[in-house]
Amino acid sequence: MKDARKFYLQLAFTLLVCAFMIVPVILSVLAGVTENFFIGLKSGFTLRWVGEVWGLYAETIYLSLIIALACLAVVLAIGVPAAYVLARKGGFVARFIEETIVLPLAVPGLAIALALIITYGGFREFRSSWLFILVGHVLYTLPFMVRSVLAVLSSINFHELEESAASLGASFRQRFFGVVLPNCRSGILAGSLMVVTLSVGEFNLTWMLHTPVTKTLPVGLADSYASMRLEVASAYTLVFFIMIVPLLVAMQIMANADAPRKKRAALADDETPALAPAEGRP
Amino acid sequence: MTQREYPRLFLLMLPAGIIFAAFFILPVIQLALVSGSGPEGLAAYASIVTKPRHLESLIATLLLSAGVTAVAVAISTVAGMFLARNRFPGRSVLISLLTFPLAFPGVVIGFMVIMLAGRQGLIAEVTRLLTGSKLVFAYSMAGLFIGYLYFSIPRVILTVMAAAEKLDISLEEAARSLGASPWLVVKDVILPALKPGLIASSAICFATSMGAFGTAFTLATNIDVLPMTIYTEFTLNANIAGAATLSITLGLVTWLALFIARSLSGATVAAAG
Repeated sequence: MKDARKFYLQLAFTLLVCAFMIVPVILSVLAGVTENFFIGLKSGFTLRWVGEVWGLYAETIYLSLIIALACLAVVLAIGVPAAYVLARKGGFVARFIEETIVLPLAVPGLAIALALIITYGGFREFRSSWLFILVGHVLYTLPFMVRSVLAVLSSINFHELEESAASLGASFRQRFFGVVLPNCRSGILAGSLMVVTLSVGEFNLTWMLHTPVTKTLPVGLADSYASMRLEVASAYTLVFFIMIVPLLVAMQIMANADAPRKKRAALADDETPALAPAEGRP
Repeated sequence: MTQREYPRLFLLMLPAGIIFAAFFILPVIQLALVSGSGPEGLAAYASIVTKPRHLESLIATLLLSAGVTAVAVAISTVAGMFLARNRFPGRSVLISLLTFPLAFPGVVIGFMVIMLAGRQGLIAEVTRLLTGSKLVFAYSMAGLFIGYLYFSIPRVILTVMAAAEKLDISLEEAARSLGASPWLVVKDVILPALKPGLIASSAICFATSMGAFGTAFTLATNIDVLPMTIYTEFTLNANIAGAATLSITLGLVTWLALFIARSLSGATVAAAG
């Protein structure tokens, strides 16, 4: 009897916390599709505000997608080989490099952006192109890819796989592309989803690095929150939600499929864990 | 096959190394140099405590972050323990809902606070119906507090859940069979076992709050939290050396907090979920 009461009290508390997290999201989604939020839902539903957002901010949405995909390409090209090397080498040097790669997460984005501006702000062409933002996003997302691939590599015995391939006469290139990469594809996929999600939502660095012609979605959001009516700001936020929800769902599905391996790893306790999305900085 | 492959491994590491050195290490060194290049030289670091505006901003940020951390950890421990310990229909939906906001940038979190506590927000509407006057606090310290709580809770809940999964239930059963009351079990068995995880997630929560810019940018138009002070020094006052000094101080504080978190509980700290 007492246990049941305790259960329901805790459930009620957890539901309350959940409401705190979700009610504002629901309100914002509703406001984005309501004719006049001040009057309320009875003023009717409309896609007018979404249309207005498209007219005003479509370019920010395109730019965010371009930067996210470019960021993914760069991070894949430099992060996956780096993770492989770290897994192969091990030891003190590898630990040190790994720690260094994760540093941009420990330092506020604002400080990194300031450092980039001080160092490269003088290169006009570079400063005013979207590549400047890309640099920031690559620094911020690289640790997620490296750790994600490293986590998979340190949980499988890829040394043995590689050695048996080598003994059969496979060249290094054949082993890397034919044995190593296929074996860590779950890590690459999980890392990729995280990189794209974080890049699409990155604000702290981007706000400092952007110029009036290189506005990304979160920069546009900040702009709309400061100057647009609530319905437009909400509709814009709705567009952002629509962009990240499929990514988050895919991540969740991957995490569930990966659960048995994670459980084993947690019991063994000897692998480098992947970084969770929770380690992104709001 | 190992010795021969060192050059190969080096080549594979090289692209990441070059990009990282050119766009992170070099700029950070540059930032450190610039921070000492103002008219006062390195004494500029003292301005954090001698300039009233900077000192106030530092104290406000520290207090806000500490307060948010305490409240977020308390709330998340209760909810996280509950979710880790009980299986019921809808549990995974609850967890998904609680963790969905993890991917929100700071500006969106600021907007969520506006939806709750802004002029057209939920609280304004409810208080208008109840008392006749609107309660609006989105753009005050209280609004900022709510916003920081909003991004902290899901992060801490995940860490608590991960720590709770590792607890040894037989210890609690032993305590209970020896006649310990439920409260004593919580105080003497569960909380001490969770302690490393809680300290680690507190440190992470504190560091995240100290450095949070997007939420402050949306809400703190009249409040000087450290990231906002840095931003104003840089953009409005063109005080680049001052902004660099404050950035490095802030970076060191957050890095130190995270370092403590990691050394207290190993590498698995916040890698929950």
